Amino acid sequence: MSEEAKEYAFFLGCITPNRYPGIEAATKRIFKEFGIETKEMVGASCCPAPGVFGSFDMHTWLPVAARNLCIAEEMGLEIYVTCNGCYGSLQEADHLLKDHPKLKEKTNEVLGKFGREFKGTTKVHHSIVILHDVIGLDKLKERMTKPMNDVNVAVHYGCHFLKPSEVRGHGSSETPYIMEDLVKVTGAKEVDYKDKLMCCGAGGGNRTADTPQSLEWTRQKLVNAIEAGCDCMVHPCAFCHLQLDRGQDEMNKAFGTTFNFPILFATQFLGLAMGLSQTECGLDIQTTTMPEKLLK
Amino acid sequence: MGTLYEDIVDHGGEVFGKEHMETLMLCVQCGKCTGGCPSGRYTAFRTRKLFRMAQEDMREEIFNAPELWFCSTCFTCYERCPKGVKTTDLIRVIRNLAAKAGHMSVPHRMIGVYVLKTGHAVPVGEPQMKLRKAVGLDEMAPTTQKYKEQLEQVQEIFRTTHYDAMIDFDWNTMNLREAEGDEKK
Repeated sequence: MSEEAKEYAFFLGCITPNRYPGIEAATKRIFKEFGIETKEMVGASCCPAPGVFGSFDMHTWLPVAARNLCIAEEMGLEIYVTCNGCYGSLQEADHLLKDHPKLKEKTNEVLGKFGREFKGTTKVHHSIVILHDVIGLDKLKERMTKPMNDVNVAVHYGCHFLKPSEVRGHGSSETPYIMEDLVKVTGAKEVDYKDKLMCCGAGGGNRTADTPQSLEWTRQKLVNAIEAGCDCMVHPCAFCHLQLDRGQDEMNKAFGTTFNFPILFATQFLGLAMGLSQTECGLDIQTTTMPEKLLK
Repeated sequence: MGTLYEDIVDHGGEVFGKEHMETLMLCVQCGKCTGGCPSGRYTAFRTRKLFRMAQEDMREEIFNAPELWFCSTCFTCYERCPKGVKTTDLIRVIRNLAAKAGHMSVPHRMIGVYVLKTGHAVPVGEPQMKLRKAVGLDEMAPTTQKYKEQLEQVQEIFRTTHYDAMIDFDWNTMNLREAEGDEKK
């Protein structure tokens, strides 16, 4: 893409800008390195979370999501996201509104109250898919100045990156490949571990409903990765990041454990392999700390 | 108010289409959902049981069980169901009906308060502004929390769909009217 710059609207959501800005900084930085321009979506809100607001009231979730889509439509740009929740919410809303004309009409009645209209002219992409499919593995590989040759990585997908597969369109949710490819392009080894595709525990309002119970899922996930000999966990979701990273501090307090297992969003991991510092990737302003092995 | 099934088809059908919701009746209790359910390992949530209870119109039993809220919406059962039951969407719609009937915990209602106040379920605060500066970003992202007139659009949506009433939101205090106890009523 270096010859022909492409622009996207960056839908930030909540966790990325307001808890883990390192994810925002690293993603923008890497996109820019590959000639992809990022435009801010002025006035965007919470996506809102598909399993949370979708569970409370679908009829509120949809127009709020549609309003966010409208902002990108007005900019004439397609969207990228750094959170599976945002991906799920915006892509599902876009899909439903494009498929159901009556629903679109009803939603536009609400949006019309403040002069907005969903037209169906944008698309919702995950930043990770842009890295994989638009920038491409060959271009990425050329830029890996600090390869992760001796690093064992546990890939965590989160749920809404792959599922429902009929909407996401990334192939079978049981045999994914996108994150594995991106980890391998850095020279790292992608290590299979027990229940690799299991949820982090946070979604669907479960974290809010019962945080200690949701952390049981997280604990098992981390133990499985550690037992498989992994050095860190790399994932594509800001909300999973919150559960997996801050969750370790919460678990250590609640269960008396001593977890400090490095958690990295995919662009933070790629950033380190491209020679960015941990400060530039925001990895020194989170709960889990990075071992020398990832920083050398 | 019809049977729970009729309410599911009505409420969810408007968003997903009626056929999507009618898949509830295709469940033959094979248990593949519960077998692959991460929540089922840690909680009393049993997807198969929920669908049987919904088919049998056991509205109050479903609404009063805390485990209704222990599904993480991971979509594993949705992907695997051999009968094409739209499991996760049905669970979300059943939760919508439970919430409408007043079965919504205070922490869940508070998420709505954050969005009504800032447009974000997870707003930015002073400590996070420092984190943003540390990675070279503006203190505040250019979102609803920064621009009042943009936030008002989100608030307008919540008013239109009566979400504010559903969580007993008080526009004067910008908080829940009654934040005591586990449930609204």
